[in-house]
Amino acid sequence: MRKVLERIYLAIILIFMYAPILTLIVLSFNSSKSRAKWGGFTLKWYINLLSDEAVASALFNTLSIAVLATIFSTIIGTFTCIAMIGLSSKLRSIIMGITNIPMINADIVTGISLMLLFRFLHISTGFTTILLAHITFNIPFVMLSVMPRVKNINFYVYEAALDLGASRPYAFFKTILPDIVPGIVSGALMAFTMSLDDFIITYFTKGSGFETLSTLIYNEVKRGIQPEIYALSALIFVVVLVLLMIVYRAPQAKTKEK
Amino acid sequence: MSKDLITLEHISKSYDGQLILDDLSLSIYENSFVTLLGPSGCGKTTTLRIIGGFEKPDQGRVIFDGQDITNLAPNKRQLNTVFQKYALFTHMTIAENIAFGLKIKNKSDSYIKDKIKYALKLVNLEGFENRMPDSLSGGQQQRIAIARAIVNEPKVLLLDEPLGALDLKMRQDMQYELKRLKDELGITFIYVTHDQEEALTMSDHIVVMNQGYIQQEGSPEKIYNEPENAFVADFIGDSNIIRSTMIRDELVEILGAKFACVDKGFGENKPVDVVIRPEDVELVAPDAGTINGVVTGLTFKGVHYEMDVEANGYEWLVHSTKLSEVGSNVGIKIDPFNIQIMNVPASEDEEAISETV
Repeated sequence: MRKVLERIYLAIILIFMYAPILTLIVLSFNSSKSRAKWGGFTLKWYINLLSDEAVASALFNTLSIAVLATIFSTIIGTFTCIAMIGLSSKLRSIIMGITNIPMINADIVTGISLMLLFRFLHISTGFTTILLAHITFNIPFVMLSVMPRVKNINFYVYEAALDLGASRPYAFFKTILPDIVPGIVSGALMAFTMSLDDFIITYFTKGSGFETLSTLIYNEVKRGIQPEIYALSALIFVVVLVLLMIVYRAPQAKTKEK
Repeated sequence: MSKDLITLEHISKSYDGQLILDDLSLSIYENSFVTLLGPSGCGKTTTLRIIGGFEKPDQGRVIFDGQDITNLAPNKRQLNTVFQKYALFTHMTIAENIAFGLKIKNKSDSYIKDKIKYALKLVNLEGFENRMPDSLSGGQQQRIAIARAIVNEPKVLLLDEPLGALDLKMRQDMQYELKRLKDELGITFIYVTHDQEEALTMSDHIVVMNQGYIQQEGSPEKIYNEPENAFVADFIGDSNIIRSTMIRDELVEILGAKFACVDKGFGENKPVDVVIRPEDVELVAPDAGTINGVVTGLTFKGVHYEMDVEANGYEWLVHSTKLSEVGSNVGIKIDPFNIQIMNVPASEDEEAISETV
């Protein structure tokens, strides 16, 4: 009896969480433009989407910003973590606290303050400012993921490699790097996901005439939602879902393999 | 006996202005089992890390087989280390772990394979080649760490509290294992521990350290039976340490009673510290011993009873297989050979350095 109740409870929660997205996905295959009526299965919204040049350019912008922001934030975040090894644990937790604040800070505050900063510095808004903004808000996520690995580095293992005749670089690549790579990978994937689905910060830092997928959708919505948007949203959802699954799976798979 | 393999000359080292080692000199013979013994913070691990090349001394030299290696990087030294927490490469198999040093030296595959087999046999873990370190118990991991070190045929094996993380039974087994390995390999072991029993069991030579100074060095028997100062006496096993007066050669006054002893040369009517091991205090019938006392405490310890005996204002610690009930009157008798006389340090500072000067 208890088990049945548990199952029902779980099912209700899952329905609440995923019903809206399921509705969206179902509607993206609905050949009728009406939101209330099922007009048969179709892929035409997806096909329309692919032939839409505005969408294609927004997709390109989104991906190039996500990729670049991921690369820069991963490198900066990882090196910051490694450099923090030498600090006292008190100083380290203070710095971690400071870097964590942007993560819990409201996106709208981050977005507006970045916009003001760019204005103040006379950096013209567009690709560069979005990229800078994304790097900024991604670094904490990378650090959050890399730091636990760095903290657990066993320096005796590094010394053991030296002791067995390894040079310093060889010992680093053979002992320390393998220990923190899972953290770097999941940090990078996290950063990529965050960058991909950000809207608010992008919106405030993009200026006019430059669109990413999320801002494009927002503009479209103002003009009345077209079914192509369902298709686009469904695609974004699937991509983010897959990435998140990789993020959560990657470190576990690694330990199981051991 | 044999020749010096490692000589430390006037080594000093401090961290953040705190002196860890002060003008330490030490010779280590070839093919011996040497233990650096002391409480935590005494400088024993730092000494080992200086020998291993992981720390540079502020002053002094490290001589290895006639050559000054003070500034030589750890990867260029002909010695290997077994670390406290195993320090195995967790993402490599056991075979890859053991092969690590050999691969760097570009040994042939067949040579490496033979060596892995030989090393695993030596540490009684045959067939473990393809296991991962995580799947091994603590004792097994530590034996793999030893195997990984010895395949490189070092002249010296440094061991930094290698048994510290193991449980008591495993630790005792490993003590015999290490002794056997040392005899089979015929190389020098330098072993760091804070466990006096471990040191007494395994070593040929014990170096007792405290506060960056060598307090005493010698064979386990000598360290145990003839401690040179109160620190050594107290650190190595239980003891009764009593401030006394040396009346003249071979006669000492302890707690107002005169005891015959065998030590000479301390002068007449000089204050001294005497050390009497609890198992050397013999409880006899009242008035049959030198002084009389009352048993005030009794604990069963398995092999023996531990008793507290109040006599002449001092609470004596006594180990005996013969039981004396609490409250019974007893006499205390001590064999002259079992009274160890030590100089009284003039100051606390001197207590630390009395051996090195």
